[in-house]
Amino acid sequence: MEFTSRETWTLIHGLVLGTFFLVAFAGGLAGLWSLRREYVTDAGIVERLRRLKIGTTAMALAAWATVITGTWIVYPWYREGLAGDDLSGCEGLSVPGDECSPRDFLLSNASGTTEDWHKFGMEWKEHIAWLSPMLATLAAFLVFYYGASLADNRTARRLVLVVFTAAFVAAAIAGLFGALITKTAPIT
Amino acid sequence: MDVTELHEIDRPTGPVAAAILATGIGAFTLGLLTTLSEASENVHDFLEFSDDVGPLAGKTILAVVAYFASWAILHVLWRRDNRALRPILVVAVVLVLLGVVGTLPTFFQAFAPE
Repeated sequence: MEFTSRETWTLIHGLVLGTFFLVAFAGGLAGLWSLRREYVTDAGIVERLRRLKIGTTAMALAAWATVITGTWIVYPWYREGLAGDDLSGCEGLSVPGDECSPRDFLLSNASGTTEDWHKFGMEWKEHIAWLSPMLATLAAFLVFYYGASLADNRTARRLVLVVFTAAFVAAAIAGLFGALITKTAPIT
Repeated sequence: MDVTELHEIDRPTGPVAAAILATGIGAFTLGLLTTLSEASENVHDFLEFSDDVGPLAGKTILAVVAYFASWAILHVLWRRDNRALRPILVVAVVLVLLGVVGTLPTFFQAFAPE
């Protein structure tokens, strides 16, 4: 059992960083939700706030790392033009190959009607993913700036929750399309 | 959501306003460049900062520069101010939504030349 360099980077981009992002989101969400004066003591707020700062920072860093590796390492392999203008290099194939990149393969409709996976799925994924790190960074900044007052300030806590969840939704859209596109046209 | 509660902090609200508005600016820049790249071949070619990545390189680099640069500038300008957060939030939400629409293929592909 072995992975090519491209498969390894695809795994790092989608699975390793994606999982890290998910765990950080789950932890951050639970931490934010329960950071209320009526639930915890002063000492508890200090401890929870420390975890919240770590969680939101980790999520922001994971989001930046995911979009940077995705755009600058994995995406060039996806979009290589290998099959020619008429995409004839993909003829008869059931998966992308040496003369047919994943993008060529999807656009060629060589194995069913697949072009919309590129024209809608990939086109949206590659752009909307970049909103996630901006929103996640904002959420982390708000946690650091409001600090312990988040426990008393319900509106500030809700604002962080909304921004934090929006960052997750943007990443989830990108991640879902990424998984489905990789299933249809894997990078090997 | 009672936005006035956001002002209940013993620090200026200017840095909060700067961070929120910068996120809107970054998102809007991405959506705008995505749509312009589809509509104009000149813009498309200009945004190809990298042959391997194509115009996505320019769109994302410029959007990230707009995000961090606007954050830095607004932060310096507003760091000691108490800015009203409601209008900033409204503008930022509108900018983010426009950014999302601008990145939606159904929208930006409508601007592609025939």
